[in-house]
Amino acid sequence: MAQRTVEIIVGLFMIAGLAALLFMALQVSGLSPKAAESTYTLYANFNDTGGLTPRGRISMAGVTIGTIDSITLDKKTFQARVKMAIHSDVDNIPADSAAVIRTSGLLGEQYIDVSVGGDMDSLKPGDTFYSTQSAMNLERLISNFASGR
Amino acid sequence: MLDRVRALGQTGINVIVSFGRSGQFLFGVLRGVPKPAVGFPLLVRQIYSVGVLSLAIVVVSGLFIGMVLGLQGYTILSDYGSESAIGQMIALTLVRELGPVVTALLFAGRAGSALTAEIGLMKATEQLSSMEMMGVDPLRRVISPRLWAGFYTMPVLALIFSVVGIWGGMLVGVEWLGVYDGSFWGNMQSSVEFVDDVLNGVIKSVVFGFVCAWIAVYQGYDCVPTSAGISSATTKTVVYSSLAVLGLDFVLTAVMFGNF
Amino acid sequence: MGSSAYISLENVVFSRSGRRIFDGISLDIPRGKVTAIMGPSGTGKTTLLKLIGGQLRPDSGSIRVDGHEVPRLKRTALYALRQKMGMLFQSGALFTDLSVFENVAFPIRVHTNLPEDMIRDIVLMKLEAVGLRGARDLMPSELSGGMTRRVALARSIALDPELIMYDEPFTGQDPIAMGVLVKLIRDLNSSMGLTSVLVSHDVTESLSICHFACIIADGKVIGQGTPEELRAHESERVQQFLQGQPDGPVPFHYPAEDATTDFGLGRKA
Repeated sequence: MAQRTVEIIVGLFMIAGLAALLFMALQVSGLSPKAAESTYTLYANFNDTGGLTPRGRISMAGVTIGTIDSITLDKKTFQARVKMAIHSDVDNIPADSAAVIRTSGLLGEQYIDVSVGGDMDSLKPGDTFYSTQSAMNLERLISNFASGR
Repeated sequence: MLDRVRALGQTGINVIVSFGRSGQFLFGVLRGVPKPAVGFPLLVRQIYSVGVLSLAIVVVSGLFIGMVLGLQGYTILSDYGSESAIGQMIALTLVRELGPVVTALLFAGRAGSALTAEIGLMKATEQLSSMEMMGVDPLRRVISPRLWAGFYTMPVLALIFSVVGIWGGMLVGVEWLGVYDGSFWGNMQSSVEFVDDVLNGVIKSVVFGFVCAWIAVYQGYDCVPTSAGISSATTKTVVYSSLAVLGLDFVLTAVMFGNF
Repeated sequence: MGSSAYISLENVVFSRSGRRIFDGISLDIPRGKVTAIMGPSGTGKTTLLKLIGGQLRPDSGSIRVDGHEVPRLKRTALYALRQKMGMLFQSGALFTDLSVFENVAFPIRVHTNLPEDMIRDIVLMKLEAVGLRGARDLMPSELSGGMTRRVALARSIALDPELIMYDEPFTGQDPIAMGVLVKLIRDLNSSMGLTSVLVSHDVTESLSICHFACIIADGKVIGQGTPEELRAHESERVQQFLQGQPDGPVPFHYPAEDATTDFGLGRKA
């Protein structure tokens, strides 16, 4: 086969590879072409984070407003300290809002839901949520129910 | 008894020696980068015979594996009423594991064995030797383009495999079994991360491509130049490549997704 | 020695996988002449050519080709020296994926930047010299054994080398093909003045074209000189080899333990 034909076919092959990568990025992983959103940091302390993981979703009224950066243990209070990255355009979360750990569906992943408060002031970067609600533990719930407490 | 221990020791030494020789060989190949004007046409030709000619088997296998994943995923997930998670299941399995691994196994069987046999036969018919006597280094002229071709084509093949597989899964899940296609793609997009899943999959396939091509050209170059020698070298290529891919896959998965 | 020796080997010792193939061999190959190296199969005649070409390195001793000490040459210098050498392999070693024309053009394309029409002229000249100009578009698989060797010969003289080495050129050839090769080797030597080294165990053909011959056995040179000198050589081993006697100083039997014990007869005694 002529070298030219081979080169053209290989070129098409490479283009197919790039197209596949593009498909992976846009359609499969939902990577949007716009630059990574700028975020600011908030903290929340929980007694029990349950199955919460880094990269987990943070939502408000069902809309994703950020992701979980890291989960660490506060050695003084023995609480879990969750570091969250909130999208910069959501800069008016009322200061008395609560961070609640919820589960999507019965067996789905866990995420943090911000239930909106009524304060006129809003949380600033680096602030910590005042009130939190820990993960609902299904086993504990059932055992509480069974023992009648 | 002592003889058995001695045999064991000898095997160990042989294994280490062959590792050393193949490392030396790799060094020799990588050191001799051909001039772009000479090397590029050779590389293109090898990408054609290693990559493009493997495309058919990769596409067909990808399609069927995706369709099977769709069917199996649907039957399992519908027990929990969460068949809409099928998109995420198919995409994650393909992108993280099956894409790179199955492509590498197919590559070892289709292209790796052909590389070994070709180089082995060139050695047996003294073509490599005569090239050397013409003042042309066979490591640069013959081996190096083949090694790099494997390195470049494997990620491309793996990506194509995954895309075709996802499409096959969609065909079964959405078109046939009636999963709502919004939740099919939506679940997929919310759970697949570009850097953590897609790029890690690509890194895996780059590593596999390099290792498979290395094993194939080394076995060809190092084979006993007889028909029995070539056939055993070809077998070794397929066996060693498959084992190396599966073993490395565990190591890479542990490093990439292991969370420690 | 002096300027007349193109290749000279001194005390070359070479062993492979524990077996000593050359045990201090010394040999001078004169410039511009045909030298035949003969010897029984398995004495490492091909190995000798590989040593001269620098594909193998001796354990000790010196190998000088045109004044260069081959085993000590750096890679680039060695590859440059090899451009002055042509080698005709036993199997021909044509590149099976290239046509006859491209096979002959290969060394020219790699080592020079000549324009395409000049390459074409050179290749056709070389093919004409071996009488295969009409076969330029055939693939190596379509050639007969004798034609393969002639194409390989055209390829090895493509860059007009100073030295050409023939590895068993006559083995497995029919009488006509053999006659053609003998004529080609002689013509090439006289017309281009190149130094030829011929490795063979075909005594008649080799002695008919060479100016000098040397016989190797057991890692040593056992006789050398002009064909006439060799025919008159007093050594029994040389005579046995030249006349092809089945038994003599080189025994018919491969070394073995005593036959009676091997057959299990002498055990009772």
